[in-house]
Amino acid sequence: MTQLATEERVGPRRGLLHRLDVKGSPYLYIAPFFILFLGFGVFPLIFTAWVSLHEWSLLSEEHTWIGFGNYTKLFDDPAFWNALWNTVSIWVISTVPQLLLALVLAHILNQRLRGQTFWRMSALIPNITSVAAVAIIFSQLFGRDYGLFNWVLGLFGVDKIDWTANTWSSHVAVSTMIIWRWTGYNALIYLAAMQAVPKELYDSASLDGASSFQQLRKITVPAIRPTIIFTVIISTIGGMQVLAEPLLFGGNGLTGGSDRQFQTLALYLYEVAFGRFDFGYASASSWVMFLIIVVVAAINFGITSRLRRS
Amino acid sequence: MATTLAPPPRHVSPPQTARRRIRRLSRRRPGKLTYLMLTAIAFFSFFPLYWSVVVASQDNSALGKIPPPVLLGGNLWFNLKRAFTMVPFEKALINSFLVAGAITLSVVLFSTLAGFAFAKLRFRGRNILLLSIIGTMMVPTTLGIIPLYMLMAKIQWTGTIYAVIVPAMVNGFGVFFMTQYLSEAVPTELLEAGRVDGCSTIRLFWHVVLPAARPAAAVLGMLTFLTAWNDFFWPLVVLTPEDPTVQVVLSTLSAGRITDYSLALTGALIAILPLLVVFVVLGKQIIGGIMQGAVKG
Repeated sequence: MTQLATEERVGPRRGLLHRLDVKGSPYLYIAPFFILFLGFGVFPLIFTAWVSLHEWSLLSEEHTWIGFGNYTKLFDDPAFWNALWNTVSIWVISTVPQLLLALVLAHILNQRLRGQTFWRMSALIPNITSVAAVAIIFSQLFGRDYGLFNWVLGLFGVDKIDWTANTWSSHVAVSTMIIWRWTGYNALIYLAAMQAVPKELYDSASLDGASSFQQLRKITVPAIRPTIIFTVIISTIGGMQVLAEPLLFGGNGLTGGSDRQFQTLALYLYEVAFGRFDFGYASASSWVMFLIIVVVAAINFGITSRLRRS
Repeated sequence: MATTLAPPPRHVSPPQTARRRIRRLSRRRPGKLTYLMLTAIAFFSFFPLYWSVVVASQDNSALGKIPPPVLLGGNLWFNLKRAFTMVPFEKALINSFLVAGAITLSVVLFSTLAGFAFAKLRFRGRNILLLSIIGTMMVPTTLGIIPLYMLMAKIQWTGTIYAVIVPAMVNGFGVFFMTQYLSEAVPTELLEAGRVDGCSTIRLFWHVVLPAARPAAAVLGMLTFLTAWNDFFWPLVVLTPEDPTVQVVLSTLSAGRITDYSLALTGALIAILPLLVVFVVLGKQIIGGIMQGAVKG
């Protein structure tokens, strides 16, 4: 307010204030973002690296420097490798069908439909459902004795599956939750990209007698390839951090099943940090997770830029 | 367009094929099969939500029957009362509204401010800074939760909703989204004219930019509210079961070897319901926002 008042006064000071306003105020406007993000986003991530080089427990005030001790321990830790393997497995089982389904769904939605908004909304509704609610609902559906899925499978003569008990079945169950929640979202992203593809391409393909599926494969997929790679990157970053689904699927157990059969990396991190309060060790696994994400994203970027150039 | 570009037919086709071709040309007029598939998709989308109502309206003995009940029972009211007495659901709902509301206001305000600066103002380092913001969208911030928790413990915010609100008050997506929108929505000439008339930057922001930003701000606000309402991991870490958000309550309800599913799914239903209402009213805008963000992202 005071600034406005002085501004209206005409005089030699106005020039200075005006220049200060033009040169300085942009920084003022972007400052909140940078201050908050540096404080609560970047700093913690970097400080994680510092903590990871210590024996650092929430329960003691003393933090002993142990260099890369936590990292060497981590690479010898079968529970870590198990969690990494589970994460990759769940990521593959959830991402591949999810993105394929999303492509098909987007292809179906990319028509002049009656009730267009309704169909799009029904595709997106799983995504606005909270991840915790999804995990709880599906845990019930996947129940061994009274779950709906086992009952339906039973109609086809399949024996009851104890979904939480086995590695493969628990991975399928967790992946199902992820697929259900994210397919429609990805479909809408694909749909947005598909709408930028020139319609003439499809018209001439139709003239040549290409089926709808062929058009999807030969025209749509190459045209929206950057978007597909973008969704792969996003799903990778998300897939490496899957936590709520296995946590709630296992009745809030931090180990992801009695034999850690569906413990993901993020859940392992949670167990080490807030089950055992071993912050140093948990920080080391955070950083390893971070590096894994960076490497995978970089590979994706490399592929993207090569594709764009060619 | 297409007809002028298409090569002339090499031979005259019999009328039947011609008609079929014309039908194909007016491409993608969906048939019955399309609607059948869409109905199936809608079924799979809605079914788990319907199912949560079914389970929430049964008592646990009915849930132990085979085949499982697939229609509504009469116990919804009873389960709702149970949910509100067994866990602090009222408090959780209030907390969730406060958290999501505060985060939404703050994200929209700060994103619009920063978006204005990036889209319309000239200053040194602009491109680098904008690029770094886009870079932050790729940073998996959940991996920093340990120091974040230590920080919150130090300033004694653990167990309070400040710990959930403050770190989420800005995000890279919001800034990027508003930058994109404002660079097109606000005519630069208008800002220059305002400058000539002696308007300060903040006044331009208030009288020119903010009104123009309203549609995008609404979309960003809705997306932010959804994300904040549904956030799980960090609230679970930093809040207590006594003073939780809705998502934290859900984890309390599903704890244990044997889950009381009619209670747990009642909880899930309560957690979904507010967003469902928002979505039914504003779904079209939310979808538009996601698709807009995707094309630009």
